[in-house]
Amino acid sequence: MRFIAFLVSLGATIGLIYVLNHPLGPAPALGRFFDPYGGFWQNAENTSHYHDIDMQMNGLHDKVEVYYDDRLVPHIFAQNDEDLFFMQGYITAKNRLWQMEVQTHSAAGRVAEIAGEKALAKDRLSRRIGLGYGAENSKAFIEKDAQSNDLVRAYCAGVNAYIKSLSPKDYPLEYKLLGYAPEEWTPLKVALLLKNMANMLSVYEFDIENTNFVSKFGADQFHYIYPERDSFTDYIIPRGTPWAFAGDSAPAVPEALPAGQKVANVDRDLYESYDRAIEKPQELNGSNNWAVSGSKTKSGKPLLCNDPHLQLNLPSIWYEMHLSSPTMNAYGATLPGAPCVISGWNDSIAWGVTNGGRDVRDWFTVQFKDDTHDEYLLDSQWVKTEKRIEHYKVKGGKDFVDTVLYTRFGPVVFDQSYGDVRSKKYLSLKWTAHTGSNEFKTFYLLNKGHNYDHYIAALNNYSCPTQNFVFASRSGDIAIKEQGTHPVTHEFVADGSTSASDWHRVIPNEHNPTVKNPERGFVSSANQFPVDETYPYPVSHVGIYENPRAMRINHLLSDSTQKMDVAYMQRMQRDNYNTIASLTLPTLLRVIDRSKLTADEAEAITALDKWDYYDNADSKATVYYETWTDVLYPLLWDEMGDPSLPMRKPNTYRTAYFLRDDSTSVFYDNLQTGERETREMLVLMSFDKAMKKLKDTYGSLDKVKDWGTYKATMVHHLSPQLDAFSRMDVYCGGNRGIINATSHEHGPSWRMIVDFGEMKGYCLYPGGESGNPGSKFYDNMIDSWAKGDNYTAKFEPKAQLDRDKLYKITFNK
Amino acid sequence: MKLLFPVIAIAIVSGVVQNFAPWWSIAIVAFILSYLLRLKPGLAFLAAFLGVFILWAGVAARLDFGNDHILSARIATLFPLKGNYWLLLLLTGVIGGLVSGLAGLSGALLRKQ
Repeated sequence: MRFIAFLVSLGATIGLIYVLNHPLGPAPALGRFFDPYGGFWQNAENTSHYHDIDMQMNGLHDKVEVYYDDRLVPHIFAQNDEDLFFMQGYITAKNRLWQMEVQTHSAAGRVAEIAGEKALAKDRLSRRIGLGYGAENSKAFIEKDAQSNDLVRAYCAGVNAYIKSLSPKDYPLEYKLLGYAPEEWTPLKVALLLKNMANMLSVYEFDIENTNFVSKFGADQFHYIYPERDSFTDYIIPRGTPWAFAGDSAPAVPEALPAGQKVANVDRDLYESYDRAIEKPQELNGSNNWAVSGSKTKSGKPLLCNDPHLQLNLPSIWYEMHLSSPTMNAYGATLPGAPCVISGWNDSIAWGVTNGGRDVRDWFTVQFKDDTHDEYLLDSQWVKTEKRIEHYKVKGGKDFVDTVLYTRFGPVVFDQSYGDVRSKKYLSLKWTAHTGSNEFKTFYLLNKGHNYDHYIAALNNYSCPTQNFVFASRSGDIAIKEQGTHPVTHEFVADGSTSASDWHRVIPNEHNPTVKNPERGFVSSANQFPVDETYPYPVSHVGIYENPRAMRINHLLSDSTQKMDVAYMQRMQRDNYNTIASLTLPTLLRVIDRSKLTADEAEAITALDKWDYYDNADSKATVYYETWTDVLYPLLWDEMGDPSLPMRKPNTYRTAYFLRDDSTSVFYDNLQTGERETREMLVLMSFDKAMKKLKDTYGSLDKVKDWGTYKATMVHHLSPQLDAFSRMDVYCGGNRGIINATSHEHGPSWRMIVDFGEMKGYCLYPGGESGNPGSKFYDNMIDSWAKGDNYTAKFEPKAQLDRDKLYKITFNK
Repeated sequence: MKLLFPVIAIAIVSGVVQNFAPWWSIAIVAFILSYLLRLKPGLAFLAAFLGVFILWAGVAARLDFGNDHILSARIATLFPLKGNYWLLLLLTGVIGGLVSGLAGLSGALLRKQ
């Protein structure tokens, strides 16, 4: 009897340990996780005890000192470059290891290894669009350049030195929650990070949507609805700037879809799959940068500003750092997992980036000889297909093997093996991101650059994703250049059976749009169209370019009544003026018959009448306006809502002019109703629906919350399962399409002002230096960010940092 | 006294062993100590439970208060305990305590053969 009791008790003990030592569904192994000696409690960083550390580090050539300031920004002082980049890797990993790895897993199509079966479709897409293939090409390309190779290897060695120093109790929290361990950091991962950026920022093409639109509405409507240029655009390169080159002799306009061509039903199948799988670029991503020449500033020296707008995430996409060696002294935003400063400054120059939005990829239809897919048709001959076998490990499931077919026109993304394609049709993707390139060399040379010539030489190494690099130097030059590899691409799905469809024209680097020290005393970019009609190459008009932010920025920078300073720049970065609303609302209000309004509707209209078009946090008018247009746009562009025939809806900027200037377009008709709508009917219909929606939500219109509350900006943790680590309901103004482009989940991911008068930088980003949700530096900058209060960067010499430091680590060789 | 000594012994030995052994070593400690100290089954369970409850909740509380509850508030939202760090500390103690308690009980029952 006693023995049985013993056995039962022992069995229960072992059973309990077994259960607590294994993950339960989405929950981690509870015993391991709650164990205060090895589980999550170990990630609870002490918030007040900081002391200097002296330690030995294998792999260093000399002593390196790292000063952490009061925001935990590391200031690395090394005796040589190899040690500097080694420590950049080490120190970055110390704060951001999990994020670095998960981002590269995403680009490499390896998320299923951590998250299981549900991530497999997306993993397959990452590989089928060729991100891993492109990264391998870049890795090989970087290896050919001894200097870059050394720098990337030193960086990786630093990351790995940190990983090797960890025991499981030291792992970042997310590893403990998701139950895996960090793996070795490699040059391939560094290349993957760049391809991840390319995938986020260089997908601005609408070949399939354009093809569908033209086949349905014809070429005339196409050019009307998506105009290439308009008379309002304030180009990046000021109108009338002369070009120092002639271009090539080819016609300036790329071919249109042959007249009368229709999209065959079999292709629809492919296009539907495409539409379901491919995430199209968001109007919400964008960026601002500008530089003001000394002639317009109080100090007589240039000012430079940059704020890239991206999805708001924790840990933040950027990591602020100060990198110093005898040959460089750079400060700014780094990309965790990759060497150098991406947006920043040094003792002589400053630089910043906005996205270029050029069309750098094309879709091609491909014909195969038979079901073996061994050969495909090219110029009336059968040409051998390259097959790339992709192996996937799936957590808690069976491994998966996929064969991707590579043609002259890139990998076949959609076919019967992927994306529910029923017919024997094939769609391949050619993309500049597939080519090997060495973007780090650009940043390395900028980090070390002293003048305009260095800046231009640095940019020549840069390929993808296209960025507008703004520049200013202490000696007084300002410049901007739209840099990337720019083939003349198609605007429609192209024929992959003829080499005539290939990219035969690539714009030389020297001919990319640029301007130095323009007469107006400033340069700027905000994702608008880059050049006027005189540029001697075609720039694909994908209709994604937006102009309102550029109009506002240039308006504010043109102010000649006052000399500009840091405070003026900060006011600009916080500016909430909604140019699109100022263009759209008068058209809408004209339609409203004020005699027919209910009392609370009248109140809403009065608020809109009085609105100054500022999307400040306390604005209620913004809520009325946004709700109204959120209903109006889908009603207006319902013709483009058919999922079996994907088309793109014109952006809000184009819509503003469309509503104002066109009173008779066929697009006003709503296909859901029997009658034929007019512009006025749509405006009224959307107003009624919007007000009803607000009443349903808030009880009555006067109880509507203000914009900051309504918008409820969120900064999400990178893992959707870990929303407990997100910051919700950040109260702030701003909106898409305005300088302070803070919308619900997107916004300025890094704000920087560099003042060459005082040689100071002012920075801010929506997060914190630590990626650890158990650190007080995890999200400590979000509240300042919501207010737009930049921090003064401690771009200081060692002696000063020693006085200002939180603590210091000395690494001895 | 009958309870206090084994509680303290189990807490201290578990704490020392945990510095180099995996979390489930607390079960081995409780099993052996209950056996060696000739504890009665009921007392063994209670002493082993309390010993590791105090150890785990105590170590966690020291980390948690040094951290101003930044992490515990987030974990207690993930798990969902309404962000209450006291509940999280309680849960921590109970998980460790149960494993240790059952192992202690087993050790005592083996001695009773």
